[in-house]
Amino acid sequence: MSLYQPRFSPTRRSLLKGSGAMIAGVSLLPRFALAEEEKKLNLYNYDTYIGETTLTDFTGATGIETKMDLFADMDELFSKLKAGNPGYDAIVVSNDYLERMVKANMVIPLDHSKIPNMANIDPDFVNPKFDPGRKFSLPYMWGTIGIGYRKSAVGDDPMDSWKVLFDSDKFAGKISVLGDAQNVLGCALKYLGFSFNSTSPEELKKVEELLIAQKKNIKVFADDNGQDLLASGEVVACQEWNGDIAQVMLEDTDLNYNVPKEGTNIWEDTWAIPTGAPHPENAHAFLNYILDGENGKKIATTVQYATPNAAAKKLMPPEYTGSPAIYPPKEVLANCEATIYLGEEVTKQRDEIWTRIQAA
Amino acid sequence: MDNWKDQKNVFWTLATPGTFWLLFFFVVPLAFLFVMSFSEKAVIGGEISITEYDYLTGFTNYLRSVEPLYLTIMWKSIWVSALATVLCLVTAYPIAFGICFAPDKWKPILLLLVVLPFWINLLIRTYALIAVFRTQGYVNLALGTVGLGPFEMLYNNFAVIFGLVYVYMPFMVLPLYATIERLDKSFLEASLDLGASQFTTFLKVTIPLTMPGIVTGIILVFIPCLGSFLTPDLLGGANAVMIGNVIERQFKAANDWPFGAAISFMLMFATFGALMIRAFLAKRSAGVDV
Repeated sequence: MSLYQPRFSPTRRSLLKGSGAMIAGVSLLPRFALAEEEKKLNLYNYDTYIGETTLTDFTGATGIETKMDLFADMDELFSKLKAGNPGYDAIVVSNDYLERMVKANMVIPLDHSKIPNMANIDPDFVNPKFDPGRKFSLPYMWGTIGIGYRKSAVGDDPMDSWKVLFDSDKFAGKISVLGDAQNVLGCALKYLGFSFNSTSPEELKKVEELLIAQKKNIKVFADDNGQDLLASGEVVACQEWNGDIAQVMLEDTDLNYNVPKEGTNIWEDTWAIPTGAPHPENAHAFLNYILDGENGKKIATTVQYATPNAAAKKLMPPEYTGSPAIYPPKEVLANCEATIYLGEEVTKQRDEIWTRIQAA
Repeated sequence: MDNWKDQKNVFWTLATPGTFWLLFFFVVPLAFLFVMSFSEKAVIGGEISITEYDYLTGFTNYLRSVEPLYLTIMWKSIWVSALATVLCLVTAYPIAFGICFAPDKWKPILLLLVVLPFWINLLIRTYALIAVFRTQGYVNLALGTVGLGPFEMLYNNFAVIFGLVYVYMPFMVLPLYATIERLDKSFLEASLDLGASQFTTFLKVTIPLTMPGIVTGIILVFIPCLGSFLTPDLLGGANAVMIGNVIERQFKAANDWPFGAAISFMLMFATFGALMIRAFLAKRSAGVDV
């Protein structure tokens, strides 16, 4: 049996050419990365979470070329940066994950002198518990987790209590709750009158029993598509973030959003600069840029979450500033709690409870 | 055939890229996870670290992975995967048979149709299934025109198994096609001539002769099913959790890589175990080449 035998016999010239190209390719990489503040900026953000023209406007104003990568959730951001910053200059990160990243030295302190527009920040957001003095982060958007529902399908139920999702068969098989341990356990804790961030085994046990008993009525644990299930009629009520519901409410007037009277989670997304960012100067310039009133207005118009930028809020129309789905009334907010990072042991405890609920 | 030792240049040129690939993209990451599965998160200054690990501390992760909670989920995953595999086999066998006995000019097109779904990303195919099956989806729309339904077809175990069968079907069809194509048709004629019925011929001749394809197909479908997490996540209801979802959560939300690595390896050991049993059975059943 004869076999065709290809021979690898490169001429000297072609070998030189090939290796030359290879060396050029290898040496280009670090040269780009090491250059002192070239006009480039790499952002890492959720999809549809910035103004439609913000990036091109920023490039027009500063000449800095921007590139934005997208993640689907905080876990993706965290696992990626945990293995080392692959070259991002500024990231969007939620308040509890920011706490984690500060603890793990994954973000660098901000130089406030380079961000004069910090004066635009609403006083309520200047000194948050999770980042005293705004040392590491700037507020971007904030909101609540509540109940999105279809008005025509729920009759005269006021839909103002977590009871409809966590402790009732009124809409059996027609409800969805979120798909992550933190927010489902937290909101169920609020329903039972405990703290969103409870670590008490007895309180968590009660929540576990409540949710296991309720499981037969829950159609699905929806990761981040509750608003789609609601819009397509799969469910009549779902646990969701207010902005997600606000977006589908623009298309379907039969939908509505309520913050439950027992209180809920109030979250804040922030901008931060990850450790090892290749262009920190440009990142500061960008953070300053989005805190400007006019620029902040364009962002809030697109994403429909509440802005902590007082100068931008002033420029927004009354449909936005007056919407209870975006700015819940003060007395409702008084009942709400922010997620606190409670340490790895508690994360594990909650994950096990979550697994037991899923497997029950 | 020449001995490879006589053509060392050719051998190394051809072997290096593959070896490199296997080493750096398979063996090294896997070894890292193997070490991780025996490790724990480091305690620094009295607090459990988020990013640092104490390596090779013991078997705690494995002990945790055999707690009843995780064994139940693993057992459920095995059942779901086994059911999906059987359904794949039952559906794929006639398809493979049909392609083999189709006119020659049709075969490439039919095979192309089997492989075609791979050109589309798994995530998109799964979302397409949602559009097909949801309460106001295409199936219910069609049934509605004849006065049936609407049925709730999504967010239950049916949807998960259907999704798995749909996604992994080509892995079953292709090895079956390869063996059925090689099947000597004169054996079937001989069996029929000697008085066996169609059914007996199929049972006693066709199936044993195509057994290698059946076994390969089962392995190719069962193993990825066992580790799947996207399908139960998107199509499953409140009860859909599979071991793949638990593993995914350890690497993401729970930030517990050591435990996630340990469950992954438990799954791998179980798979190795199953393959060894198969090899053992194959040795005993001499005569039939399994």
